[in-house]
Amino acid sequence: MITIKGLYKTYSCSDGNTEALKNINLRIEKGDIFGIIGLSGAGKSTLIRCINRLEEPTEGSIFIDNRDITKLDENELRDMRRNIGMIFQHFNLLSRRNCRDNIAFPLKIMKYDERQIEERVDELLDLVELKDKKFSYPSQLSGGQKQRVAIARALATKPEILLCDEATSALDPNTTASILKLLKNINETLGITIVIITHQMEVIKEICNKVAVISDGRIVEEGNTYDVFSNPYHKVTKSFVKDVSLNIDKNTLGDADDMEIVRITFLDHKAKEPLIYKIIKKFDVEANILSGQMNRIQGRIYGNLVVGLRGNVEKVDDAINFLKGEGLIVEELKYNGSSD
Amino acid sequence: MEVLIESIKKVILLMPIPLCETLYMVLASTFFSVIFGMPLGIITAISEEGSIWERKYLNRILNGLINITRSFPFIILMIAVFPLTKIIVGKRIGTTAAIVPLTIAAIPFVARLVETAIKEISPGIIEAALSMGADVKQIVFKVMIPEALPSIASGITLTIINLIGYSAMAGVIGGGGLGNLAIRYGYQGFQKDVMIGTVIVLILMVQVIQDIGTRIYRKLLR
Repeated sequence: MITIKGLYKTYSCSDGNTEALKNINLRIEKGDIFGIIGLSGAGKSTLIRCINRLEEPTEGSIFIDNRDITKLDENELRDMRRNIGMIFQHFNLLSRRNCRDNIAFPLKIMKYDERQIEERVDELLDLVELKDKKFSYPSQLSGGQKQRVAIARALATKPEILLCDEATSALDPNTTASILKLLKNINETLGITIVIITHQMEVIKEICNKVAVISDGRIVEEGNTYDVFSNPYHKVTKSFVKDVSLNIDKNTLGDADDMEIVRITFLDHKAKEPLIYKIIKKFDVEANILSGQMNRIQGRIYGNLVVGLRGNVEKVDDAINFLKGEGLIVEELKYNGSSD
Repeated sequence: MEVLIESIKKVILLMPIPLCETLYMVLASTFFSVIFGMPLGIITAISEEGSIWERKYLNRILNGLINITRSFPFIILMIAVFPLTKIIVGKRIGTTAAIVPLTIAAIPFVARLVETAIKEISPGIIEAALSMGADVKQIVFKVMIPEALPSIASGITLTIINLIGYSAMAGVIGGGGLGNLAIRYGYQGFQKDVMIGTVIVLILMVQVIQDIGTRIYRKLLR
């Protein structure tokens, strides 16, 4: 549905050029909730703005339904934008219009007649559960309500794509959850493709089926959300997962000089099996749990465990191989007192 | 006591015509300066680099024009525009004639106020309108003007009050008005009571206008 090929964005200023995006290639399928996560300054805002050309790409192409939108002229661009809704971190509602008129705004731009507008506005207020706020002004609404109005407004012209620019970053955790639920619901019932940029891991974990991690203007990791975050390899991805191994230091290890430290990652049902118990019994090794956590991504669980194994060297190796054979991901973090 | 009552009587009798002249000059020039200044301010704002209707050279020219007109001392501007006044009003002096220089002095002022009011709108709101496929005209009329309206309203209040000040100088070209009364009778005619009375009326006028302006601003602000 959306294919980004070799996208570059360069800002030129007096003291040289800044490359905000470097060779971005992405494919977003119809019906995806596609998350783009990155730290501030990584280029995610620029990237999402290229999709509806609020930012002009410097190089590369963006295909939406096989049409290269970087080649559209101004009129075609306006038509294209009406097929792409967008919501923002700070909602960007018109402060001097009430909810009804805010939602009606894109319809007025497209010159719908009053009767059609009235009907559509009521439908949308119903969808975002704000019927009783029809004539309220933005200043009378909470953050979550404002974002709901913004969502209704973005959906007014029945777009196929919804772009979310840090849409929950200004909201508290409860409100974030309810907005995410609404977005998921919109995706499922209306079949709208959603592209979300965020720095909040919980947003990705909760609703995105696919994710791309952006760092310093490049996509560093990409794939199904579960795969990417249950087994991250890039350091930025790891920092979002707050991987348990990052918490291990000398102090936590204590007198671990004679232990083999491994990090074990359990996926799905494996997380529920008593595998540690099995290796203790089967291989006669001591297993000392140093840290661990369970995580839920898109309803699927995965766990991380850092374990110190102590015993006969061969037995320890056998135990590790056994775990690998069971489909777990085992990484050796430290071997017998080596200082690293 | 009797002297005071005499004075008040005299001032009240002298007041009506100059008061009407002042109101006429101020309101007419406010009206025309808004008519011309508002589009000028909007075009200056949107033609700026990075805005929705970038026109680099036009923007430079408009900015230059606004700055030049604003740097003229009013008293000199009044005389400098004599030929123009003659073309528009048919004569160079009188109350109606004074409206021309007053308007010309106020246009760049209004333009700057409107420009600032528009630039103060959160860029996110403009971005949202763009993302919905709005064109420049729709953004100007449906987003920028309504969003900037409270600031524009308080700007117009400021313009009116400024014009009351300027109109006092209109006496120089036979414009009459309260300022003229104060100078002719009060200062030059050594009638202190007239001068004080006029100043009191001017103070009241400014107070009332500011008060109305503030009320309108609050009402517009949601």
